Amino acid sequence: MNGVARSIPVAELVSVPTVSLPRSEFSRIRLRSGFLRLVVVFGALLGATPSPAQVHESVLQAESQRVAVMAKAREAAIAIFANGGQGGGSGVVISPDGYALSNFHVTKPAGDAMKCGMAHGALYDAVIVGIDPVGDLALLKLFGRDDFPHAELGDSDQVRVGDWAFAVGNPFLLATDFQPTVTYGIISGVHRYQYPSGTLLEYADCLQTDASINPGNSGGPLFDSQGRLIGINGRGSFEKRGRVNVGVGYAISINQIKNFLGCLRAGRIVDHATLGARVASQDDGRVIVADIVESSDAYRRGLRYGDEIVSFGGRPIRTVNAFKNVLGIFPKGWRVPVVFRRKGQTFETLVRLAGVHGTEELLQKLGGKSPDPDQPPPPQPGDQPPDGQPRPMPMPPSAMPNAPPLPEIVQQHLEPRRGYANYYFNKLNRGRVWNQLVARGDFAEFAGPWRVKGEWLGAGEAEFGISSDGAMCALPGGMLTLTAGDSLSDATDPPASGGLLAALYLWRRLLVGGPDQFGSLDYFGTAPFIGHDVPGRQEDLLDVLIGTSGGVECQFVVDPASGRLLLLEVFLRSDDDPCELYFFDYREHEGRELPGKLEVRYGDGLYGVFKLTDWTLHKTAEDAP
Amino acid sequence: MRRNDCGLRITGLILATLALTCACPAITRSADAPFAAASFAGVIQEVQPKIVKIYGAGGFRGLEPYQSGFLVSAEGHALTVWSYVLDTDFITVTLDDGRKFEAKLLGADPRLELALLKIDADGLPYFDMASPSTAATGTRVLAFSNLFGVAAGDEPSSVLHGSVAIKSQLEARRGVFETPYRGPAYILDAMTNNPGAAGGALTDRQGRLLGMLGKELRNSLNNTWLNYAVPVEEMSATVAEIRSGKFVERPADSGAVKSEHALRADLLGLVLVPDVLERTPPFVDRVRGGSPAAVAGLRADDLLLFVNGQLVQSVKALSAELARIDRADKVQLTVLRGQELISIELLAQPEGNDIGDRR
Repeated sequence: MNGVARSIPVAELVSVPTVSLPRSEFSRIRLRSGFLRLVVVFGALLGATPSPAQVHESVLQAESQRVAVMAKAREAAIAIFANGGQGGGSGVVISPDGYALSNFHVTKPAGDAMKCGMAHGALYDAVIVGIDPVGDLALLKLFGRDDFPHAELGDSDQVRVGDWAFAVGNPFLLATDFQPTVTYGIISGVHRYQYPSGTLLEYADCLQTDASINPGNSGGPLFDSQGRLIGINGRGSFEKRGRVNVGVGYAISINQIKNFLGCLRAGRIVDHATLGARVASQDDGRVIVADIVESSDAYRRGLRYGDEIVSFGGRPIRTVNAFKNVLGIFPKGWRVPVVFRRKGQTFETLVRLAGVHGTEELLQKLGGKSPDPDQPPPPQPGDQPPDGQPRPMPMPPSAMPNAPPLPEIVQQHLEPRRGYANYYFNKLNRGRVWNQLVARGDFAEFAGPWRVKGEWLGAGEAEFGISSDGAMCALPGGMLTLTAGDSLSDATDPPASGGLLAALYLWRRLLVGGPDQFGSLDYFGTAPFIGHDVPGRQEDLLDVLIGTSGGVECQFVVDPASGRLLLLEVFLRSDDDPCELYFFDYREHEGRELPGKLEVRYGDGLYGVFKLTDWTLHKTAEDAP
Repeated sequence: MRRNDCGLRITGLILATLALTCACPAITRSADAPFAAASFAGVIQEVQPKIVKIYGAGGFRGLEPYQSGFLVSAEGHALTVWSYVLDTDFITVTLDDGRKFEAKLLGADPRLELALLKIDADGLPYFDMASPSTAATGTRVLAFSNLFGVAAGDEPSSVLHGSVAIKSQLEARRGVFETPYRGPAYILDAMTNNPGAAGGALTDRQGRLLGMLGKELRNSLNNTWLNYAVPVEEMSATVAEIRSGKFVERPADSGAVKSEHALRADLLGLVLVPDVLERTPPFVDRVRGGSPAAVAGLRADDLLLFVNGQLVQSVKALSAELARIDRADKVQLTVLRGQELISIELLAQPEGNDIGDRR
């Protein structure tokens, strides 16, 4: 009965200086825990009564299986401590080279660098890689190993209410010995929508669990019963009971995270998306467009006020929450299928999602006062009552007047740049993608004019010429020339192509001059290759380089599997559709790969498909005839 | 010191029972086996269509305007807790499939804190209250509710899991755990009783109904919260009575002829607050000294809730209800004083023997 008499080690809790719980909270925790302890002791007596032989074999099997799964899963968890010992939380490693996930609201007070303890007892330096302030997500990179224990990513869309799940983390920052805490429960809800605080910290399409999620669990993993990572814990519904678990925790679904992972690896401050339209639910259960921005892509694709949203991102839409759930899982810039209905007629289209914030707006929000999880978010319209809103776990604010210098390994992997979380990782990935392109064809020495002859399918013969001064084409309709000046914004030729000549000029410009001479060129991250029927490719995420040259924005979409450029989109104007060049049938030409087929699209239409048969690349202008 | 003892009573009971169970070797686990890591998903999918979301009054001062409930008939009877949420003419019930209905309050029993709603629908999945399931210490349970109003429209309710710590009398003393319900309750080792969860369903692992989740219950002495559910068997008789019409609320003006011997509040010695609102809550403004009400212990600021078991939601409804009663008959009044429900039986002052305070 010693266990009953002994008080629980509250002193250990209190001695952790980074837990900013008020004293009264501690007494509350003590009371709860004290009670639980009593129950546990009696429970142990209860368990000891029946002989082991009476325990069903399947029970023992399930138990040992669970123990094994948890033992493995906890190896991948990290206890995050801000550099200098201010604040912290939890996280989980997802790759052998040390990339790890956590919450934005955990890493924000820590700044660029933190220390991460793992269950095997080692402490590693880590640097911030990318952040998603709206989705409350952060990507870190741990240093020191290339064989980190890491979690296997699951499929959160397969998770069902009632499935067992467990959370691993650092509640109340208890893990001073880096030993994570495991809490066990079931999935209480899936596809939950939890309103943001202002425009940040929105939990869309999240998982709800009754496994204990407490302050300090933030950023830590939620695993399914097989030990697969299904979410990142970060929020709980708290109200008048103080900041301790009340059986309602929320985790960012891993499938949403998969969508953002490429953008986070880009070292970016990633924004979430808006359709450019506001929707409202009707009494008859339909969700209709209640407002639409006329400059939005959705409007250009034909969506209008009063249209019924039938499905979005492949999911049927019957409530406003369902719509917000879909919107919340995509990064700004992705194209997402929308099906809408008007007067009994159904339309299907792809809509390019704009950002929730302007670029400057998001930076200002981050630069200013941090989103305060203690303040309830302002009331939001919608069909959910405004109270009872869950809050992100509070973490003590960072006040580091005398922050220690960053570890050398962190300094080597950190490049601050306005608009980025860590530009080092953008350069790293831009270099990786560019090297893949170069491996398929190094065109640096072909600085002279390029010519290609071929056929405009269904129209007749076609010939293109591209050089560092511009581009020309000879098509059945006549000959057109583009002289590249300071700005390409008006270079819409040939008519109805959206700027084919400008796009070809920019394509050659990148291949010959490389990223450094292109203008500006950065790594966007990844995006799905939709918008074209390429069998089997829709599921894959492709690398995207985004750049500006001649005053126009362009995106180069590269297949990481083959290292080939599949798509170039050139936006002559920000409020207009891009010219889309799809490259097919790559063939070797003097040891370098060049496309044998080019498909040109603009807006909702196909401009033309060109068979490119006869390439001539010159090394200098003099070299050309 | 005495209050403290009360506060610890439930803890003590649980521990005592656990200790007793420990001493009892007859306990078997085989009934519960195999509790392998099988998902509850199948059972939950069967139960969730029976859970409803209820919206009504509230929305200010921390009072959530929503609660939970569950269907107990195919024709749209929904059981829930009796609370301020239902104190409105516009109660909305949202089914699991997203369909919304305006609900009628058929009746309520304040001592059990239950209310029965009716929506105009049929062919609904429901829990059969006639064949209740029971649970004992250690029974693993699932709790279904729309806690924190997380779900809206056709989004399914939330499910929490846990076990029954004990089935025990709910020692609900004023100042410790504040609730009118004092009967047996399942005390749960699960965080079930959250805002909006009251009225939700507690089931066993097979999805059989065990009870109804109670309101939030806080011990004001040590700031702990109790998670409990009222067992089905405590409620089924009352629910049957309400359904059979015994509790059916009659319309305020049902055309019943007013007896010339009709009872009035002033005959009991009660002076109510001025009837200035469409639905003025029937608070006692004053009790005349020496009147039957004073003798029976009624006080100013008592809120009259029930007259002979009939819910009275306004001064008008109270007058109408009293008017149905012959002043020669005894009347049963239930009042809310603070958090406490008090029932009092009293007889009107015989006419002519007025004690002079009457104006």
